[in-house]
Amino acid sequence: MELYFFLFFAVVAVASSVAMILQRNPIYCVLLLIMVMISIAGLYLMLDAQFVAIIQVVVYAGAIMVLFLFVIMLLNLSREEGGAFRIQKPLAVLLTVLLFLPVAAMVMSYAGGGTTPSADGGQTGFGEVEQIGSLLFTKYLLPVEIAAVLLLIAIVGAVVLTRKGTVSVDD
Amino acid sequence: MIPVTYYLILSAALFLVGATGVLVRRNAIIVLMSIELMLNGANLSFVAFARQFGMADGHIYVFLVITVAAAEVAIGLALVILLFRNRGTVNIDEVRSLRW
Repeated sequence: MELYFFLFFAVVAVASSVAMILQRNPIYCVLLLIMVMISIAGLYLMLDAQFVAIIQVVVYAGAIMVLFLFVIMLLNLSREEGGAFRIQKPLAVLLTVLLFLPVAAMVMSYAGGGTTPSADGGQTGFGEVEQIGSLLFTKYLLPVEIAAVLLLIAIVGAVVLTRKGTVSVDD
Repeated sequence: MIPVTYYLILSAALFLVGATGVLVRRNAIIVLMSIELMLNGANLSFVAFARQFGMADGHIYVFLVITVAAAEVAIGLALVILLFRNRGTVNIDEVRSLRW
């Protein structure tokens, strides 16, 4: 049963991501990427990562992708024309497939690749907000503070960059 | 129970589909979206390993990666808007001032 769920989410994620690469209309690309995010959130739930699954849906699918949609609609982008460099596309696909094969072989021969522990075999409360929160504010306090400063820099940078009249190539 | 290798294979597949998107697509916004896909592929590995070893530290890394992704998207989309305002295009083949 679990395997069917895994296969369902995996097939949806891979098919949507491939369709996203092939899709010409940017709006459809965003919607397909949201589908990938939500199927990955389903996989997180199967891995007992409830908190991560929730922030995947709320932050990624909810906030970041809406930002993409806003920009696409703001710029009124239409369909994309083909690239100038023709040989680039088949070459890129060939290179990534060639990269996937050794990675897959390496993963399949991974020595510790047993099974994931079952839900009842693991400790209770794994991946819940309480455990994540206590880790975030004790062991990982410094990274969290650095991430907060990084977000502040991003906010200020985005505002400064897009303000009219501050940055111009004509000057 | 699903072997952790299945999750790792899926994660590698998502990462490489994203890498293909970065190499193939010419629209700057879609390139940014492909980078998001690559980050998601990496996150899936983190969570799979966290489950395998029973340690929640992997979830913290995913949390931090999502934070960095949000910051990156905010700055990246600001740059795309700036590019569109100055050049009237988001096609990265046409932005070649730094190329000889």
